[in-house]
Amino acid sequence: MADYERVIKARKGIVSIDFAELWRYRELFLFLTWRDILVRYKQTYIGVTWAALQPLLTMVIFTAIFSLVGKFPSNGAPYPVLVFAALLPWQFFANAMTESSQSLVASERMITKVYFPRLIIPASAVMTGIVDLLISVLILIAMMWGFNVPFTPRLLMLLLFFIVAFLAAFSVGLWFSALNVRYRDVKYIVPFIVRMGMYISPVGFISDVVPERYRFLYNLNPMVGVIDGFRWCILGARFEPYWEGFLVSILVIIILLITGAIYFRSMERTFADVI
Amino acid sequence: MEEPIISVRGIGKRYRLGQTLSNDTLRDHITEIVSTIGKIFTGRWRPRKAGDEYIWALKDITFDVEAGEVLGIIGRNGAGKSTLLKILSQITEPTEGEARVRGRLASLLEVGTGFHQELTGRENIFLNGAILGMSKSEIIKKFDEIVAFAEVEKFIDTPVKRYSSGMYVRLAFAVAAHLEPEILVVDEVLAVGDAAFQNKCLGKMQEVSRGYGRTVLFVSHNMSAIQTLCGRVVYLNQGRVKGIGPVQEQITAYLRDLKGDGVSTGEFDYPLGEVFTLKNLKFSPNPVVSGTDVNFHLRIEPKKDTSIFDLQILIYSVYGVRVGIIDLRRPDGNPYILSQNKPLEITGKIKSLPLVEGDYRIGLYVYCKEYYRDFYDITAVSVGAKQSSTASIPCKPIYRGIVEFDASFESNING
Repeated sequence: MADYERVIKARKGIVSIDFAELWRYRELFLFLTWRDILVRYKQTYIGVTWAALQPLLTMVIFTAIFSLVGKFPSNGAPYPVLVFAALLPWQFFANAMTESSQSLVASERMITKVYFPRLIIPASAVMTGIVDLLISVLILIAMMWGFNVPFTPRLLMLLLFFIVAFLAAFSVGLWFSALNVRYRDVKYIVPFIVRMGMYISPVGFISDVVPERYRFLYNLNPMVGVIDGFRWCILGARFEPYWEGFLVSILVIIILLITGAIYFRSMERTFADVI
Repeated sequence: MEEPIISVRGIGKRYRLGQTLSNDTLRDHITEIVSTIGKIFTGRWRPRKAGDEYIWALKDITFDVEAGEVLGIIGRNGAGKSTLLKILSQITEPTEGEARVRGRLASLLEVGTGFHQELTGRENIFLNGAILGMSKSEIIKKFDEIVAFAEVEKFIDTPVKRYSSGMYVRLAFAVAAHLEPEILVVDEVLAVGDAAFQNKCLGKMQEVSRGYGRTVLFVSHNMSAIQTLCGRVVYLNQGRVKGIGPVQEQITAYLRDLKGDGVSTGEFDYPLGEVFTLKNLKFSPNPVVSGTDVNFHLRIEPKKDTSIFDLQILIYSVYGVRVGIIDLRRPDGNPYILSQNKPLEITGKIKSLPLVEGDYRIGLYVYCKEYYRDFYDITAVSVGAKQSSTASIPCKPIYRGIVEFDASFESNING
């Protein structure tokens, strides 16, 4: 491999992403994902149980509060399924975002000893959340079967909305992981966002309850479009998303992703010095 | 002539001084921005003066490394050796200058990077290999070789948290030793493991450099390892290239400087990590005659309230073999509790110093609340020959090793 030459010097200004280099390091990306998953389910025997229990309990509580006490509308769908359909992307987003925000600081030793494109770290942390998501999908299938929700080909569209959720988590993770290296108080902000976000996003209720004139604004929260999309795939046409709003969500994600990548790359050169 | 595999041109690295910045938290930073804007509007804003809060860890570093060469890098703690390696490994960016690296470079800045306690030996080999830049197929191909080199066959499916520290280090080094980069960067790895394993590592490095024509950058305080392995040496001093050339010449220059600095007075301003400054470390008399008593004095000033649990003076031979230590832990087992206005002062004595004449290098090991670390080559002690009590001429020092025994004998042949 002597045919390639690297020039090491101070970089200035905006640094673009080196996709060719990322591709060279694809195996490391998979290895890190594999490690995180392995460790996560090795350390705790109840790891799998917990991955299943957490959304189940949240679903029960939300159904009780929003449906039984709050009497929120359900568009005729079984409320537990309605909540669980939203929890699926939300939990993935919340876990993936939290993990990737902490990922750089947690990899301190690696960052100060070995070179590789640092983008791999928050990206592989987001991947880790997929296993939990798959466990939840199994529960969802059981619930749909139990509540007589028909299985339609539209379920295949879930993959598309999942990719959007993945990008949302990655874009936020990019920002916070880089900020976390520099500022010590970011680790307190992230759990706060997760907790608030769970109530601001339409997890316990359907987005139709938001007044029509605010819906555009409401979709600035990128997870609104994703959650609406998940409900639509799982519960059918009655839950048709508000597509203009969905485009807003996508736009917000794209902006977060681009600015996050720029910020990350500009901070990358000092990671090893300040971490 | 072929192009050098590494060319370094005017590399410099500037660090910001001081650990606690005013805007270490996002909240403080935002507050600062708001107050700055306020100051701009009220006309009280002054730009910060640049330059006074920075320190150059490296400056004007220029040298070439030819393909297949084994280049040693020597210098005292804080001379910039590790920073230089980090720049060449792309872990940190230089502030100025440019380096060209023509080939795959792998660094063994610290073995075991990315090892995870919960994972088995097998899993860690794959993970660590990937982190160090090996492809999956490469790792599979070399897997058996790595396991055999590390001597951990029986425990390969045991989580490494159950490994002994020796096994752990062996496995970590084994993975690193089987990398096949064009350029290998090695920093002090030989400080780990037992003597037999260290020899094995030296052998492996020799094989790598001679057998496969690989280029090696080797940083060590062990001068005999540098002598054995390297063809040329770069001597760094206070962030600059003090000398570059043949091994023996540079080692001699280094040891000469080491003896010159503060040895006679014992006065220092030597940083022992972030928390302490070594103000005095003096051996008297220096030079000392072999077999006589030598006194030592040590003064350490803390920059904040802290405790020292372990403190040892490390004595090395010229070539970096550890001769012995002076254990300065309190006899009652309690730590030294220090405060900013209460420095640590220790005086003591080594009785009838049993060393063969020559120069000995003095280091310190400090284990405090904040960190534990070795500091090499702080000062040096010269030991002079003692008057021979016999009629025969003493053997040359190089034949007599390090220890001068206080031995006596009788024989059956008289007259």
